[in-house]
Amino acid sequence: MSTVSTSARTSAPVASDASRAPRTGLVNLPFLAIELRRLLRNRRTMIFTLIMPPAFFLIFGTAQEYKTTSVGHANVTAWIMVSMALYGAMLATTGGGASVSVERAQGWTRQLRLTPLRPATYVTTKVVVAMVLGLVSTLVVTAVGLVSGADGEAGRIALSVALAWAGSAVFAAFGLFMGYLLPAENVMQILGPVLALMAFAGGLFVPLGDGLFADIAKVVPTYGLAEIVRAPLTGDGVSVWAIVNVLGWAAVFVSGAAWRFKRDTARV
Amino acid sequence: MTFTETLPTPAPAGSGPLAIDLRGLHKSFGTVRAVDGIDLAVRPGEVVAFLGPNGAGKTTTIDMLLGLARPDAGTVQLHGMDPARAIAEGRVSAVMQSGGLLKDLTVLETVQLTASFFRATRSVAEVMERAGIADIGSRQVAKCSGGQQQRLRFALALLPDPDVLVLDEPTTGMDVEGRRDFWNALRADAARGRTILFATHYLEEADAYADRIVLVSHGRVVADGSAAQVKNLASGRLVSARLAGLDERGADTLRALPGVQDVEVRGDRVLVRTQDSDGVARHLLTATSASDVEITARGLEDAFLALTGDATRTDDTLGSL
Repeated sequence: MSTVSTSARTSAPVASDASRAPRTGLVNLPFLAIELRRLLRNRRTMIFTLIMPPAFFLIFGTAQEYKTTSVGHANVTAWIMVSMALYGAMLATTGGGASVSVERAQGWTRQLRLTPLRPATYVTTKVVVAMVLGLVSTLVVTAVGLVSGADGEAGRIALSVALAWAGSAVFAAFGLFMGYLLPAENVMQILGPVLALMAFAGGLFVPLGDGLFADIAKVVPTYGLAEIVRAPLTGDGVSVWAIVNVLGWAAVFVSGAAWRFKRDTARV
Repeated sequence: MTFTETLPTPAPAGSGPLAIDLRGLHKSFGTVRAVDGIDLAVRPGEVVAFLGPNGAGKTTTIDMLLGLARPDAGTVQLHGMDPARAIAEGRVSAVMQSGGLLKDLTVLETVQLTASFFRATRSVAEVMERAGIADIGSRQVAKCSGGQQQRLRFALALLPDPDVLVLDEPTTGMDVEGRRDFWNALRADAARGRTILFATHYLEEADAYADRIVLVSHGRVVADGSAAQVKNLASGRLVSARLAGLDERGADTLRALPGVQDVEVRGDRVLVRTQDSDGVARHLLTATSASDVEITARGLEDAFLALTGDATRTDDTLGSL
């Protein structure tokens, strides 16, 4: 960060015209650094995104028979591990996106409009921070999984984990959309249970079988991602429906977030 | 009693662009006309108090001035640019009434973060020093008092070294000490020649800190002049006496006395607004048959109430004379 060194001020503006030009570029490193630091200080976020998903994995995924049963190219424990990695990444990215809600409630976004910060930079930073938290959450679940009996072809497990992280971007958009839509001061109190419900209904926590729930699951936002993330481990192909599901929900969340974002930054 | 004269808007002097140029601003919310035709020309370096009761349209005007709200009609120019560009270039900054801070950040982090939004700023240490928060940099914003938070907003506003600084009710909710510290910091800054416009509903603040007072009421400017001029409007006293049968000639005699601003007859009482209450009283008691003479001081408060049209209290006071 450069500073203007002139010390005394007269009635004439001190800063030169060149230094008055607004910053360009979508990413501003000090902004990113402070946002990441805020994240680390947020105990609630840490618990929900870094402790709960691996804890769920340990509870649901480490039975002895899971470790010895194969799903194709990995054991069941690994299959549950990547599912929980996706769940953790979902929680992290949704929470990161939804943090705009708190900042709107506190009037911070209004304050930002009195600075040259471009709204696009603000949103990009929020998404980057959400994805960083999602990555950490994914890696924590994976690390816990690998020392707790998850086993299989390393390349396929790595691919699954990478897909879980990349796919969680859809939920960063979901979080942003909800953060702009909902006026709540702590929007994650609503979204936490919603995500848990989606995870259940989309077959992330328990297999769906073939009944009515399996049909409902096909339209749940987690369904497509769950199938895509697990595909490398099972060796099954990815159904067209899973891809339609992911792309469809991504379109809904991104356009919803963009719509609310535009409304939020419009002058009234 | 009537008190409707409006001081003339000072004509812009010099040829440079105005620091603030508001023309014909209108803004309604539903059927409420929040701003109903405001014109305001502020020259560079002026310190202007935007004074008016709550609901006069001050905040709405400031929102339009800063580009946070779009006028229904009228134009806003800051040093010849529209508000969005003035903000993008850091030529105008603002201290808003409340909110606008992240509670989980420290004071220092808030300043550093805001500085990162600009290409170039004054140093973080300098603005914190000038705003009087250098010693609380490590304090969490949530733990700061209202006064400290307001000085933090002030520090943020100083970062781009703006030509124009706008403050909306900057001392609302502060205790006496916080208010004094805040104004001391602002006064020191004003001495450096920055254009400052602050909204307030405290007369004392407008009187003490502004070169010029713009009185607004019901979305319009009702008086505009130097602090001294506005004070003069209000500095007189009211002499009231029972004086039956006062004719126009008698009233004109009273009007001709030195210092008399206004004469009004109500029934058998005459009300004289004057700078020289002793002279009027002496005249009434020696040259006329007046009796029951009362002299009351008129404060800024009365002028304020009269000028802003919320004169019910003034009338009540007079009615009991």
